[in-house]
Amino acid sequence: MAISFNLNGNAVSVDVDPDMPLLWVVRETQGLTGTKYGCGIAACGACTMHVDGVATRTCVLPVAAVEGAQVRTIEGVGPETPSAVQAAWLQHQVPQCGYCQSGMIMVVEALLDENPAPSDADIDDAITNICRCGTYDRIRAAVHTAAQLRREG
Amino acid sequence: MSKEMQPRKRSTLGKWTRRSFLATAGVVGGGLALGLTLSPNRLTMAADDAATGDEVLLNTWVKVTPDNRITVFFPHSEMGQGAGTGLAQMLAEEMEADWDTVSIVQAPVTDAYINSDLGRGYIVGEGANIPAFMYPMIDFAFLQIAGNLVGQMTGGSTAIRLTGHHGMRRAGAAAREMLMQAAAAEWDVSVGTLTARDSVITHEASGRSATYGALAAQAAAFSPNLKPALKDSADYRIVGKAKPRLDLPEKVTGNAQFGIDVTVPGMVYAAVALPPIRDARVDSVDDAAARARAGVRQVINLGDAVAVTADSYWTATQALETLAITWTGGRTDLSSASVRAQHVRDLDTGTLEEMEGAGDVAAAMARGTALQAEYQVPYLAHATMEPMNCTVALSKDGANIWVGHQNQLFARNVAAEVLGMDPGQVTMHPVYLGGGFGRRGDLDFVTLGVRIAQAADAPVKTIWSRETDMANDTYRPAILSRLEGAVAGGRITAFANRYIDAKSGMPDSERPFAFQYDVPNRNVARVICPSPIPVGTWRAVDFTQMGFFHESFMDEMAEAAGADPLQFRIDHSEHARRRAVLERLRAESSWDNPLPAGHGIGVAMVDSFETIVAQAVHASVTSDGGVQVHGVVSVVDCGRVINPSAAEAQVTGSVIYGLTSALYGEITLEGGAIQQTNFPDYEMLRLSNAPEQSVHFVQSDAAPGGLGEPAVPPVTPALTNALYRITGDRIRSLPITRSGLYAV
Repeated sequence: MAISFNLNGNAVSVDVDPDMPLLWVVRETQGLTGTKYGCGIAACGACTMHVDGVATRTCVLPVAAVEGAQVRTIEGVGPETPSAVQAAWLQHQVPQCGYCQSGMIMVVEALLDENPAPSDADIDDAITNICRCGTYDRIRAAVHTAAQLRREG
Repeated sequence: MSKEMQPRKRSTLGKWTRRSFLATAGVVGGGLALGLTLSPNRLTMAADDAATGDEVLLNTWVKVTPDNRITVFFPHSEMGQGAGTGLAQMLAEEMEADWDTVSIVQAPVTDAYINSDLGRGYIVGEGANIPAFMYPMIDFAFLQIAGNLVGQMTGGSTAIRLTGHHGMRRAGAAAREMLMQAAAAEWDVSVGTLTARDSVITHEASGRSATYGALAAQAAAFSPNLKPALKDSADYRIVGKAKPRLDLPEKVTGNAQFGIDVTVPGMVYAAVALPPIRDARVDSVDDAAARARAGVRQVINLGDAVAVTADSYWTATQALETLAITWTGGRTDLSSASVRAQHVRDLDTGTLEEMEGAGDVAAAMARGTALQAEYQVPYLAHATMEPMNCTVALSKDGANIWVGHQNQLFARNVAAEVLGMDPGQVTMHPVYLGGGFGRRGDLDFVTLGVRIAQAADAPVKTIWSRETDMANDTYRPAILSRLEGAVAGGRITAFANRYIDAKSGMPDSERPFAFQYDVPNRNVARVICPSPIPVGTWRAVDFTQMGFFHESFMDEMAEAAGADPLQFRIDHSEHARRRAVLERLRAESSWDNPLPAGHGIGVAMVDSFETIVAQAVHASVTSDGGVQVHGVVSVVDCGRVINPSAAEAQVTGSVIYGLTSALYGEITLEGGAIQQTNFPDYEMLRLSNAPEQSVHFVQSDAAPGGLGEPAVPPVTPALTNALYRITGDRIRSLPITRSGLYAV
């Protein structure tokens, strides 16, 4: 049974097991590998995408659950010019190995959509993804910068 | 320069074709390969792989194209440390390159790019401290590379301190000299009348100038000077600057390709089951349900592993779960308790090997206030964010392999051995590493991927699940240490450490066991007790254990002496650089300031990989044992800092890595099985409980030390020293949860 959803602005229809997690559908059938597999149990956040604007861990989300939904991945951020978050990420030189950063950026994009001026406590609550390289301090600084860049438009 | 190496005179700045370049191989073979690849064959290989069309490979580290762009090839893996950018800065500085035109490429995996500059640093006699584990790679007589012991090795914090300091700087300087020689020949002027800056050579008297790109082809005909003049550091314009890392733009767009992202035409995906009990073997597999599942291709029984291949990774994992695998045998006798019991037995009765000693420890112990303590640390997993994976495409002629590995050339050679091929038949494709931390220097995930590919009917990407990754790591070993000390008159008069060496792979030449303070009577001795489960290099390797032991016990001795722990360290440090680092820590931290009740600061210092790091950790403990780490101050003397931003990131990241292990890290073994499965039971520090950090680099013109690892070891003892000052309970076993504490 085909499942249809919108991926980064494009209508897609996939004919896969409806239980297959969105992460693997996007990576393997759509060829968008920016979103990562980290734990498979929604514990690390590397697989974060937006589903109807909500930051969602997709390694346990059956693709059937996004029928008709708007799905956005890291490849849909920017992509022509860097978003405020991406620009802040480069300004603060956030990534190290970079593997978790797609998930981090997707969480922050959703946070700022909802809360244009997050406090440190808001950032603590929103960002529970794991970064094994330990880029947390630069992430925090970059979130504040991104919020400012967005406000300045 | 000998006569036959003189370039042919040319009247115009015409482009030489690649054909003519290769035709001059006899000339360039005389020594053009600056990466210390001295044979013409190797140069040809490098040219084949790295240069196309009109491009010219000036030497094996750097390529200048006619459009005046410079590509720096770096023989290391990018796993987050930013070494490629730092190495390019070192090369570009000496080359007088226009930084904005520099890009980096991980060097193709051929013998041409081996870390032979490491050997060179030794040969040219700069007193370079070449780690002994590099020795087997080098035949000192001829700088030939020995068989399977070669590697494009990323580990031991070596990229900047060895490849960069001994290789990249000279390659850049030699390339600049060749370009200037080309310009001098072209314009019939002397080299001394030319200046090079921002990739342009200028002859001021005549007003002539030419870009590096325009001169590249002619320059390739000159022989590189193996001892080019290097710049005075006062003239540096690129080194020491926080240049943005060249690999980061594609790491914020999702475009960076990690091993797990590789797609090969016709590829299938493999999920794999490894023995739940150490060393168990497959007895039988009932795969009926798996084979019946749509999308499943094959069930592959390797005897020590079972793989399922399918048209998607998820299908493969689902089918794998339906397999009824009966395992037989295995080390069911192994447990964390049995490992500890063996360590106790070995320290009680095993053969001690003295690692360093001086004076008369026993006599000094008898004279002073003696103290002793037993310390232990657990096994730790690396838990790289990108689980192990390996993609292999076989053909009758050879193999193509995509794998994030810290030693690509070694991985290639071992893969070739498994395949029964010549190494030359195996092509490695560099990819980004989603974390390494030492884990990706091992070969198990490469050989497994290759063996699955041998049995598979298509190219195959094998991905380890997080659970497989966690339970089949090459762990940081659990070890045990017995420490003794004596103090008298406010001084340490004796120090002794007897410890278990579980053979992590750490070379003795790095001296992780050395007690770094001045003590007249000292004895450090080990009992070798190889771990019964696989162990490997875990970021900073044995310094993590020894750092915890020594720096915790240092506080115990300070207390016995009635001394301030930081001042006590300073007072026992004749070593000027260590002393300066400790004094700077006192100035930069809140060490001397009063703190609220329930708060405390601890300090520690570890000198590793030619870099000294001292840290102050400010923590608090709630009445029910909740530990919060508020701040960490790091003072670092790593010699010359190549890129301050990237250097700071290595320190702050190392602090998180070390604190995570102190607060949570413990891999336990029961009935021969690893008990941890995924992040909930192998927890990680997260943003909300990451401390505030500040990093202070000592201004220095000394040769650069390593930085990927040295900030890991001190943070754990600095934390536990702080906790002791709050609670009065000394933590001698990690993680802190073993002492009834927990991370908030």
